[in-house]
Amino acid sequence: MYEIVQDILDVRTLAQQVATEADGAIATFSGIVRGTNKGKKVLFLEYEAYSEMAIKMMARIGAEVKETWGLESLRMQHRVGRLNVGETSVVIVVTSPHREDAFAACQYAINRLKRIVPIWKKEVFEDGEVWVEGPVETAEVP
Amino acid sequence: MRLFAALREVKGVDTIDVELPLGTTVDGLWNQMLAEDERLERYSGAVSFAVNHDFVEKEALLEPDDEVAFLPPVSGG
Repeated sequence: MYEIVQDILDVRTLAQQVATEADGAIATFSGIVRGTNKGKKVLFLEYEAYSEMAIKMMARIGAEVKETWGLESLRMQHRVGRLNVGETSVVIVVTSPHREDAFAACQYAINRLKRIVPIWKKEVFEDGEVWVEGPVETAEVP
Repeated sequence: MRLFAALREVKGVDTIDVELPLGTTVDGLWNQMLAEDERLERYSGAVSFAVNHDFVEKEALLEPDDEVAFLPPVSGG
């Protein structure tokens, strides 16, 4: 259901595994490695995860999706290690009887992942490298 | 203690075992790390604290065998 993997991600395979006869919609999200950031050419990215906690936080997002939309179909996979431009870093699938909930839950899940799931990426350029830092949580514990 | 991403690279290790007095908070441990290594100063105010794979407030008390992690702002996706 929730995985940190080294292998190539395939959103179509995952989507086919999740859908049931009760579903009328599958919403999927794939995050891919962008070739430039702030005008600089990116050679590749290095992703690192605190795997045990990442899976626990993904499960928490799954519980939130169930709480809000009554859906138990959320699946999330994030890849770690070296990823080249154009490769898929994260896939999210959620199915539901109707499209509105699937779209909403899918967007919610990627937004939450980017806030509370402990995964980091380092951008490697021709002339250096930098750990990307997301926005700092100034409020209470996320 | 687990370290990740930029913090792991600064310290050069991903795991550190520490012995602490009873009553030490995660914030107390972080301040101890800061006192020992000024290169960590730029992460102060940005790190989140986790104990046993859950986010905790900085006042959380550490217990024997806890796994504490200092997390730079996450950037997955």
